[in-house]
Amino acid sequence: MRRAGARAALAGVTTLVLLALGGAVAPWLAPAGPYAADLTGRLGPPSDAHLFGQDTLGRDVLARVLYGARISLGVGAATVVLSLAAGTLLGCVAGYAGGWVDEGLARVIDVLLAFPGLLLAIALAALRGPSLPNVVLALSVLGWTGYARLARAAVMTLRRREFVEAALALGATPVRIVCRHLLPLAAPMLLVQATFGMAGAIVAEGSLSFLGVGAPPPLPSWGAMIDEGRPFLLVAPHLVLFPGLALAVAVLALQLLGDGLRDVLDVRAEASARGVIPP
Amino acid sequence: MPALAVRRLVLLLPTVLGVVTLVFAFLHLLPGDPVEIMLGEWAAPADVAALRRELGLDRPLAAQYVRFLAHAARGDLGHSIAFRAPVARVIAARYPATLELAAAAFALALVFALPLGVLAAVRRGTALDRAARLASLSGACLPSFWLGPLLMLAFSIRLGWLPVAGRGGLAHLVLPAVTLGLGMAGILVRLTRASLLAALGEDYVRTARAKGAPGWRAVGVHALRNALVPVVTVLGLQAGALLAGAIITETVFAWPGLGRLVVQAIQARDYPLVQGCVLAIGVSYVAVNTAADLLARAFDPRLLEDRR
Repeated sequence: MRRAGARAALAGVTTLVLLALGGAVAPWLAPAGPYAADLTGRLGPPSDAHLFGQDTLGRDVLARVLYGARISLGVGAATVVLSLAAGTLLGCVAGYAGGWVDEGLARVIDVLLAFPGLLLAIALAALRGPSLPNVVLALSVLGWTGYARLARAAVMTLRRREFVEAALALGATPVRIVCRHLLPLAAPMLLVQATFGMAGAIVAEGSLSFLGVGAPPPLPSWGAMIDEGRPFLLVAPHLVLFPGLALAVAVLALQLLGDGLRDVLDVRAEASARGVIPP
Repeated sequence: MPALAVRRLVLLLPTVLGVVTLVFAFLHLLPGDPVEIMLGEWAAPADVAALRRELGLDRPLAAQYVRFLAHAARGDLGHSIAFRAPVARVIAARYPATLELAAAAFALALVFALPLGVLAAVRRGTALDRAARLASLSGACLPSFWLGPLLMLAFSIRLGWLPVAGRGGLAHLVLPAVTLGLGMAGILVRLTRASLLAALGEDYVRTARAKGAPGWRAVGVHALRNALVPVVTVLGLQAGALLAGAIITETVFAWPGLGRLVVQAIQARDYPLVQGCVLAIGVSYVAVNTAADLLARAFDPRLLEDRR
């Protein structure tokens, strides 16, 4: 089980690193950049000069897919960092304080989970206008609940343990106890959840951009590229094929990584069941 | 059980109130002026003031909230700007299409995923098991806004077997239902397999086998019944999620349901309609989840004792 987990995790990490590397060295791999239009080559099929073909404005699809990795992985990572930070903080405070603080947080989470996450993200992003910071904000406003629940549950079960009492007797402050003694124990669970959370955020960013409320044109978001290519499905299927393939590979890599980490770290959690993961 | 059902229904009220409040908060508390977004930044101040008055946005926030609640309670969700009709009527016209699509996707996922999950667990470690796991993983990784166009390209455009888009007979339903149901099927296969494997390792299954129950009986009667409890719970969550997933699928296949309506409303900057759609989908989602919760408890009497 653990060996298979380690293999899956390794495969996932390798793929992710390759994707990130592709995004990082995009200016060298595709010197023309993602915005260079060439109207004579509109909808051109894959060729030696343009491995993934050309889009509606004759822009190089390979360049756009490579630059798109920056958007996808960037939005995914930013969302995870923001919601992980907010969720862990709120969860720890609620779990440690208990009482009405805990009760209040539970109600807020209930209401947020009573809503389909994607719908809320669409409404939020639409109200604030299409832009990448707004996408990250919308996804984080919804994404923190999973981390908050995990952190809260961990802090609540651990804080009655003897080592916490010992630390208290030695004069440790609550902040120190949570940060030094409780959080490290909850970290593996949070890490696994973060991996699935990033996969969810990447699909969600693609969905929002596909619907026109995510990355504004001409940004090369994979979701937006699929939407732009849809009317030309018959004559230029490569417009839809390649960005979607990149997206599926990214999500698959994160799923493999999450599954692998779960086995390796032996986390038995409800990770990934909820959150902003669109169906 | 009836007492519990009543209690769950009563508990539904604060959640629905929370949903309504959230919808209201979205429109009113977020930075950015909806009227300005609706009319564009070059609109004449008189027009802005008029629309603001029409939507009641010129009153104090508390008064707006009370008015919104009172109207929503009576089913009055305001007037759609784009459709020039009551929001409630526009939504009611589209609702059946979404229900049809969600039900078809749900049925499809159930019919394929449950047997596959059971087979994968029973034939653990075989090629069949690996194939089932691969299928479930890919179901989770293929975003519907990609899968939909690809299916359309293969089965409608190239092969010509099925209609490209729109709503009509059964043939129109196939591709959207597959697109919408695949992700759910993936989750179901995985969960059924894991849950049944856990149940097969239990003492009562061994006892049943020791007493001479045939293999199918040990699996089908003793293990499966218990293995299905978590599956039913997740089914509920997923059924609710289908309503949200329909937003993408309906857009891809031009399916005239609630999901496409909300996207159209956003594009037309029709805020009363956006608000109404979000509310309708949110309340349906809460209702489906509550129903699933009650069903899971009926399956497993142990859950009847409140776990708090």
